[in-house]
Amino acid sequence: MIRFDAVTKAYPRTTRPALNSVDLEILKGEFVFLVGASGSGKSTVLRLILREEQPTQGAIHVLGHRLTSLTSRKVPYYRRNLGVVFQDFRLLPNKTVFDNVAFTLQVIGKSRGFIQEAVPDALKMVGLAGKSNRFPHELSGGEQQRVAIARAVVNKPAILLADEPTGNLDPATSAGIMTLLERINLSGTTVLMATHDVGIVDQMKRRVIELISGQIVRDERRGGYQTQAVPVQEFARYAPEEAHR
Amino acid sequence: MRLGLILGEVGSGLRRNISMVISVVLVTFISLTFVGAAILLQMQIGQMKGYWYDRAQVAVYLCTELDSTGNCTQTAATQSQIDLVAAQLESDALARYIERFEFETSEQAFENFQAQFSDSPIASFVTPETLNESFRVNLVNPTDADILIESLSGLAGVQNVEDQRGYLDQIFAVLNAASYTAIGLAALMLVAAVLLIATTIRLSAFSRRRELGIMRLVGASNRFIQTPFILEGVIAAFVGSLLASAAIVAIVQFFVQGYLSTTLQNTTTLVGVSDAVIVVPILVAVGALLAASSASVAISRYLKV
Repeated sequence: MIRFDAVTKAYPRTTRPALNSVDLEILKGEFVFLVGASGSGKSTVLRLILREEQPTQGAIHVLGHRLTSLTSRKVPYYRRNLGVVFQDFRLLPNKTVFDNVAFTLQVIGKSRGFIQEAVPDALKMVGLAGKSNRFPHELSGGEQQRVAIARAVVNKPAILLADEPTGNLDPATSAGIMTLLERINLSGTTVLMATHDVGIVDQMKRRVIELISGQIVRDERRGGYQTQAVPVQEFARYAPEEAHR
Repeated sequence: MRLGLILGEVGSGLRRNISMVISVVLVTFISLTFVGAAILLQMQIGQMKGYWYDRAQVAVYLCTELDSTGNCTQTAATQSQIDLVAAQLESDALARYIERFEFETSEQAFENFQAQFSDSPIASFVTPETLNESFRVNLVNPTDADILIESLSGLAGVQNVEDQRGYLDQIFAVLNAASYTAIGLAALMLVAAVLLIATTIRLSAFSRRRELGIMRLVGASNRFIQTPFILEGVIAAFVGSLLASAAIVAIVQFFVQGYLSTTLQNTTTLVGVSDAVIVVPILVAVGALLAASSASVAISRYLKV
C-alpha cells in the first residue's frame, strides 16, 4: 500500500535531513499512528506520500505508483486516491457544508448526479446530515473537522492521511473524531495519522511508528504513545522479523 | 457542470479584482490602438505606393534660355537636340523599359502650372519661356528609372532627368517613421499590459489561494485550475481589444474618411473602413494571445505540484 525504501529527505539550506534513510511499509486496511516530537519528520512523511515533496534519496511506492517517477501531469490523478485531513480543517469559509464537500468532486469533474448522491451520504456518515446548509463559521470545531473528513472520504479514497486532526479539539470531541476515523478504517480505508495526542494513541492500541530526528526508532503493532516495550534495537535482537516489519 | 463551475470562477475573479481588470482593459485598449494605427499606416503607405508609382514619371527637362545647369549654356534646346532625345527614347535599348512617353511644350507646362497654382500668387510671375520643355516618360517598371537617367542626362540640350518617385520617397519616409513610432509606443504599452495582466492574475490567485490549495490537494488537474485565471486575463484583454478595434474603425470613419479625404480631396487614395475591418481580428488575436500567455506564466507558480 505504502512503502518507503531508504528514503532520505533533506530540505534545501539545512544541514540535518528531515528524514534519514527511512524504511516503512504500511499494508492495506491498517490504522497507523505516526508519533514524535515537532520537527521529527511526521509531516514530511505525509507530504512525501501526498507527493507535495520529492525524496532526496530512496524510493516511495504508494498504491502501485512509484512516486519518484510520477510525472507532474499525473500527480493530480494520483492524489484522487488519497484523502487528507488537517489540524486547521481548511474549509472554504464562503461555501456551505454541502458545497465544501461537493467542491472536491466538482473540481475533479464528477457529474452533478454523482455529487447529489455522494455528498449527502458522506455527510450522513460523519453525522452532519441535518447541517448541509450551514456555513463553516456556524459550526463547532469538531463539526468543522467532520466536514473536513467528509470532504476527504467522499471520493472513497484508498488511503486517508490525517495530520494532527484532533490537535485543535477537546478530548471528548477528539474521541468522537477517532470513532469516525476508526469506522472509516473498518470500511477498508488505510488510515495514517500523525498525532501528539497521548490519550488517543494509548487508548486505541494500534500500530505506532515513532520518529525521532527523522529516523524511525519504534514500530510497534499495538503500541502506546510512549515506549512500553524494549527499544526497537533491543527488540530486533530477539525478534528480527517483527522489528523489521 | 464543469463549464458552469469554471465560468462561475471567472466571474467571481473578475468581480473581486474589478479595479485591476479595468486597468488591464484600458492598457490593452491603448496599446492595441497604437498597434492598429501602425498597421493602418503601413496599409496607407502601401496604397499610396501603388497609386503614385503608377503615376510617377521620369521627366527629361530640356534647356531653356535661362538655364546654365546640366548641359545647358543659356540657349534653348534646338529641335535637332529634341529629336535626338526622342530618338533615344524610341531606340531599342530604351524602348523596352518605356511604356509610353509624351512631349510637353512650354505652353502646356504653363497651362498645367496655372491650373495647379491658380490660388497662388506665384502663378502670375511665371511665363511660358521660364518653364522647361520636357519629355514625360512612363516606365513599365518604375524602379528602372536609373537606366533612363544614366543614358539621357549626358545628351546635349538636356537640363536634368528627374525620377519623380524621389519626391514620394520623402513622404513615405515620414509615414514610415510615424508608423515605427506607433509600433514602438505600442510595444512599450504592450509590455506594460503583459506585466499588468500577470500582476492581476497573481492577485486573483492569491485571493483564492485557499481554493487553489484544496483543489491541488484533492487532485484537480492543472488545466482545470488554470483555465479560470487564463480566461480572466483573456476576457479583460478581449474587452480592451474590442475597444481598440472600435477606436480604429472610428478613426478611419470619422478622421480619415471624414476629415482627411475632404481636406485632401482626390490627391491620393486613403485607407477605408474595409481596411480597418481587416485590422480588427489582428488586434483581437494579439490581445487574446498576449493575455493568455502572460496569465498562464503568472499562474504556473501556483501549479507546481
